[in-house]
Amino acid sequence: MVADFNWAIGGEAGDGIDSTGKIFAQALSRSGRHVFTSKDFASRIRGGYTAYKVRTSVDRVQSVVDRLDVLIALTPRTIEENLPELHEGSVIIYDGERTTMANAEIPEEMVGLDVPLKRLAEEAGGAIMRNVVALGAACEVTDFPIENLDSALEKRFKDKGQKLVDNNQEAARAGQSYVAEEFDHEFDYELETTDNDYVLLNGDEAIGMGAIAAGCRFYSGYPITPATDVMEYLTGRIERYGGHVVQAEDELSAINMALGAARGGARSMTATSGPGIDLMTETFGLVATSETPLVICNVMRSGPSTGMPTKQEQGDLNGMLYGGHGEIPRFVLAPTTIDECFWKTVEAFNLAEKYQTPVYLTADLSLAVTEQTYEPDAFDMDAVEIDRGFVVDEETIGDHQTDAEQFKPHEITDDGISPRAFPGTSGGAHMSTGLEHDELGRRTEEQEMRVEQVDKRNRKVETAEEREDWSPREFGDAEADTLVVSWGSNEGALIEALEYLEEDDIDVRVISVPYIFPRPDLTEAVEAAEETIVVECNATGQFADLVEHDVLERVERINKYTGVRFKADELARDIKATLEA
Amino acid sequence: MSSDVRFTDFKSDKQPTWCPGCGDFGTMNGMMKALAETGNDPDNTFVVAGIGCSGKIGTYMRSYALHGVHGRALPVGTGVKLARPDIEVMVAGGDGDGYSIGAGHFVHAVRRNVDMTYVVMDNRIYGLTKGQASPTSRSDFETSTTPEGSKQPPVNPHALALASGASFIAQSFSSDALRHQEIIQEAIEHDGFGFVNVYSPCVTFNDVDTYDYFRDSLVDLQETDHDRHDYEDAKEVILDADKEYQGIIYQDEDSVPYAEQHGISADMSDIPDGAPENATDLVREFY
Ligand SMILES: Cc1ncc(C[n+]2csc(CCOP(=O)(O)OP(=O)(O)O)c2C)c(N)n1
Ligand code: SF4
Ligand SMILES: [Mg+2]
Repeated sequence: MVADFNWAIGGEAGDGIDSTGKIFAQALSRSGRHVFTSKDFASRIRGGYTAYKVRTSVDRVQSVVDRLDVLIALTPRTIEENLPELHEGSVIIYDGERTTMANAEIPEEMVGLDVPLKRLAEEAGGAIMRNVVALGAACEVTDFPIENLDSALEKRFKDKGQKLVDNNQEAARAGQSYVAEEFDHEFDYELETTDNDYVLLNGDEAIGMGAIAAGCRFYSGYPITPATDVMEYLTGRIERYGGHVVQAEDELSAINMALGAARGGARSMTATSGPGIDLMTETFGLVATSETPLVICNVMRSGPSTGMPTKQEQGDLNGMLYGGHGEIPRFVLAPTTIDECFWKTVEAFNLAEKYQTPVYLTADLSLAVTEQTYEPDAFDMDAVEIDRGFVVDEETIGDHQTDAEQFKPHEITDDGISPRAFPGTSGGAHMSTGLEHDELGRRTEEQEMRVEQVDKRNRKVETAEEREDWSPREFGDAEADTLVVSWGSNEGALIEALEYLEEDDIDVRVISVPYIFPRPDLTEAVEAAEETIVVECNATGQFADLVEHDVLERVERINKYTGVRFKADELARDIKATLEA
Repeated sequence: MSSDVRFTDFKSDKQPTWCPGCGDFGTMNGMMKALAETGNDPDNTFVVAGIGCSGKIGTYMRSYALHGVHGRALPVGTGVKLARPDIEVMVAGGDGDGYSIGAGHFVHAVRRNVDMTYVVMDNRIYGLTKGQASPTSRSDFETSTTPEGSKQPPVNPHALALASGASFIAQSFSSDALRHQEIIQEAIEHDGFGFVNVYSPCVTFNDVDTYDYFRDSLVDLQETDHDRHDYEDAKEVILDADKEYQGIIYQDEDSVPYAEQHGISADMSDIPDGAPENATDLVREFY
């Protein structure tokens, strides 16, 4: 089991919980520790409970657990919400001078540290820094070198001037000294540091960075949780690489702008969540029929309708696979980790252009908003490869014209892939349309051509199935009798669940699938196993249905649709229970 | 770009299937002539067409083109132009496409002021779906879906444009070939979003907004003392419900197109064959 430490700060939305949590996570990462963060958030308006949790260890951590060692509680509700995770010896840092906290009940078996956060912050330069005072106190409790916090504070505030950095560092020290001087207590925690260099980022940021790396130059989107971070990441950054972000008036516009940019020859993308995907669906069919390369990122949240907008779910799989009228060729990629969010984004752009087919790139909410540490090499820019597919220029275009020198953008070919000519290429003028068309892009309802064009578009997917690598990721014991299959962000919890299961002598083979369509054939694996369990965050088992469809065999299912991601220990219990049933 | 481009170079080999006498013939001819006259050629021109009888224009013209989904032509044009500032972009569609299903995009395209031309082929009816009321149909116009008239005031596209902060608002009439072409040409040359509403009569489903009606009622602003650079003048013309006008109603002399405001000038189709230079800076930001 990972020797880990779990920390959280909680309060009301609007209390600066997120940014404070992020600073502490950054300090830990800069100290050479691994970090995995998670957020409990209600809606973003002031008044709801919200918490930022950090799990840290010198070893890699990739899931959340049901345990909390140190909690900074800005409201009584923060303590209540976290009671199940707090344990004997847990430390709760709070400000007894805050009216709402004056009568806060600290369970007897825990250590309550009443620190005048606001007063100390005011002394250091402003009440607004009270959370930073709490971070300083946390450093003392955990014997964590405060220089790491200094460094994180500098990163956070340096753009706003040295004075602000100094004040914050002073506030942190005030919290630290207060605990050292006022409490005569031996704390159980010691956060050792290492010389390792890590970067700390979330899935949305990894997707944004992947897009820039892949040469994406145009992004249009309409704000929606939890996809907005992609747009916010790109804004201000993509411009440095010659690109641009447009905030569109709605998702109908967003996807059509992205489509327009793609017709112009740019690598372009839009990102949204379920409600936006619904609006984009009509144009999705146009993208496929006009054979336009486009990456559409769906950061899934709980649905249907407005559902639980800030909660985890993997409910859009069928929508992405089957959404839209008519039969639409497409690719659906679902990265399983944050570094894979980066690489799958790069892959998505290559697939889109090589096969002139729309690509759904989907991350679930947990993956999108969770921050995790990685070695910087995990994002090696030199390893990024760009394949633009079959693009013709003035010299080669002649091979793809009729006798009357008309360009054939939908030329019937053996592999289904037709030439592309970017606007401005002389001799390339052509029409693209959502209507069925001939090789020149002109409308047709001629039966033979209709069939040839449908077959050609579908053939591109068959070609991709042959040419590309659709392998899943594998963990655990390849010879085990029990096979657990998962997709999306469950992978991390599943890998850690293996350790719990091992304690009970349960061997498990884990297959984590990042490709939904096309997808790997699991027939052999399922047939080799005595029991197959499909784990996913939805109620109906959409991926399990696909596995049964492919393999023609029933599988067991573990489904969670509470809006909260799987935890490693919980998953281990569920798997055990399924095997015992 | 060759200077000897003739307007017929913008004609595709598809014969239009519009009804004989349809206003869209004249609208399209003027667009092709204006494009040729402004030094464009089919290989550097991108036409985005809406869905409707009007939207068939993408098929009958020769250029790079996209014929997309109903009502979304403006966002497509926006994407093309921002990705490819070197390409001439012209968006064309019907009154239903632009002022009904696509009305939301119209407002925002006007505000954005991307340097492209938007031609609305306004026949005050839904032609392709065979004669239902359109947002510009008169309130007492009887159609298959409004047997007693819609009883709603028609949308005033110019007023909508002006209220949205338009930098160029014009009106033309497809059968006044010369003026129509001149007006489209000015829209193309305008630095920003050149919006032209074109009366383009439907001879099959609209027997009130006919050639005769427009011929008899149109006042050419060129023949009045209208000052196109004067906002108040524009307001007066636009809100005058008793007259039909043609000409350039409003042009903002200080119009700065979107790309210029945002410093966009690169051809976004041109990318390296690996991650861009300095991409590792992005990783470092996460330390
Ligand atoms: C989403 C959607 N709804 C409805 C239609 C059917 N439809 C096609 S064209 C049209 C109206 C066209 O009217 P207008 O834009 O004025 O063009 P016109 O035919 O008059 O030139 C409609 C309702 C469609 N193609 N797509
Ligand atoms: S129905 Fe009307 S708009 Fe359509 S082609 Fe015929 S005349 Fe033109
Ligand atoms: Mg119409």
